[in-house]
Amino acid sequence: MARVVVLGAGISGHTAAAFLRKWLGKNDEVTVVSPLPHYNWIPSNIWVGVGLLSEEQVIFPLAPVYRKHGIEFKQARALALHPEGTESNPQPFVEVEWTLEGKTGQRENVPYDFLVNATGPKLNFGATEGLGPGKNSLSVCTARHAAETASAFLENVERMKRGERRRFVVGTGHGMCTCEGAALEYVVNLEFELRAHGVRDKADVVFLTNEYQLGDFGMDGLHIRRSGYITPSNILAESLFAERGIDWITRAHVKKVEAGHAWYETLAGEDREISFDMAMLLPPFAGVGLQAFGRQGEDITARVFAPNGFMRVDADYVPKPYEQWRACDWPRYYQSPVYKNLFAAGIAFAPPHPVSRPFTSPRGTPIFAAPPRTGMPSAMIGKAVARSIADMLRGAPGPTHTASMAEMGAACVASAGANPLKGTAAAMIVYPIIPDYERYPEYGRDLHYTMGEIGLAGHWIKIVLHHMFLYKARLRPGWSLIPE
Amino acid sequence: MSAETPSPKPREPQTMPSFFAARPTRLTLFLRNFLPWQMWRFTWINLKMLIIIRRSHRSQ
Repeated sequence: MARVVVLGAGISGHTAAAFLRKWLGKNDEVTVVSPLPHYNWIPSNIWVGVGLLSEEQVIFPLAPVYRKHGIEFKQARALALHPEGTESNPQPFVEVEWTLEGKTGQRENVPYDFLVNATGPKLNFGATEGLGPGKNSLSVCTARHAAETASAFLENVERMKRGERRRFVVGTGHGMCTCEGAALEYVVNLEFELRAHGVRDKADVVFLTNEYQLGDFGMDGLHIRRSGYITPSNILAESLFAERGIDWITRAHVKKVEAGHAWYETLAGEDREISFDMAMLLPPFAGVGLQAFGRQGEDITARVFAPNGFMRVDADYVPKPYEQWRACDWPRYYQSPVYKNLFAAGIAFAPPHPVSRPFTSPRGTPIFAAPPRTGMPSAMIGKAVARSIADMLRGAPGPTHTASMAEMGAACVASAGANPLKGTAAAMIVYPIIPDYERYPEYGRDLHYTMGEIGLAGHWIKIVLHHMFLYKARLRPGWSLIPE
Repeated sequence: MSAETPSPKPREPQTMPSFFAARPTRLTLFLRNFLPWQMWRFTWINLKMLIIIRRSHRSQ
């Protein structure tokens, strides 16, 4: 009998746990440790943030789903890994602290044979003074944040209906943010809803981003073949903003947010200020701060985790300049190089380096988009890790399945306005996610598969994906047939 | 210019970044919400996504 512990119940952790339960024997145990009681289909938080969906429509409680499928669930926060056990007992374990009402604060050591770290990111609002919910800006990173953002948005709409003029600033709240695609999705949805409410003429909408150019998305942009041209993504993103009357500011590191004001440094080294009535600014990501200890209690965190808190896996972490980055630097198995029964899936693994070209201001401030972390690769990594662990438990000497972001594509549908007949969305397909200039010397990607277009069809696809992936996450009949 | 004639407002568009951005034509905007065309695009995009998913899973 073996016990596999999965830390985190987001897209990657939940996928890994579900497939582990499907592929492991009846006597094997699968345990999920997550501090939150619910699953959140994060891509639909955008619609919660403009008041089109309620918080409850993008989340569901995990405990009944896991109970039904024979997965043990501990509503707890992981604190520290002990991959060598203790001096008296070599069994590896993870130290957790319960967050479940009635057990809050209680600590427990959960033993494991294999551990999947799928803890996702820490939303590092603290990296920028005054950034984040409860301070001076809003977010759509969680369903709760998105619901709060919707309240603020609808309050501003009411004020505009009374004749007031309002300015909305949407984008990234730090020079090292990722998820620019989500920020873009939110700003065009916000603009669409302003028109739907009949108050567009009372609003100034500004997109503020750390990207070198619009459409970088943390993956060094992309090129698509369209209308007789090979077009870079900045042309497409700028076109969308120009059409919608959205102003944009690129190459910006937000360093301070106060009520109604944000201060930012530009890549040219200038200090600027922008005022707003409502700001939705995404935070940078960091690891959740897990620690690791050796058998004698010595701190081995630096061996297991990178300085940013994400877990080191089978990637090439040797620092090198942008020109020498290669697709093969990216991990394939997501296995810790130190402990073979330790894996990191989804956002929890440490990328070997960014994807976008790094830039630094004259003052030394890094201002560029961090690597993208989207749902499709996170789920595929979770599934590959589950398959490898299942095989290793049956005797395989090492991991058997790969999920390199340099060998997989990603389909991303970014809503640009939600209406079944008048809505649109940008449907984007990128192959591979990490540019591979050895296989595709000109643009790093296969232009036969990489595409992007805006239209109503994209909105329909976004709706289908919303319902299909929530169905799958609830582990309803046939869930495993739905691709990641 | 008489005192009653308002002075021409300075042209501003060329000072905005959006002036240099590509903009969709009326035909492009029409096609984005034209149901028969969008039904075809729905089929085509889904097909392309399935091919990519298949290729990505095959690499595992």
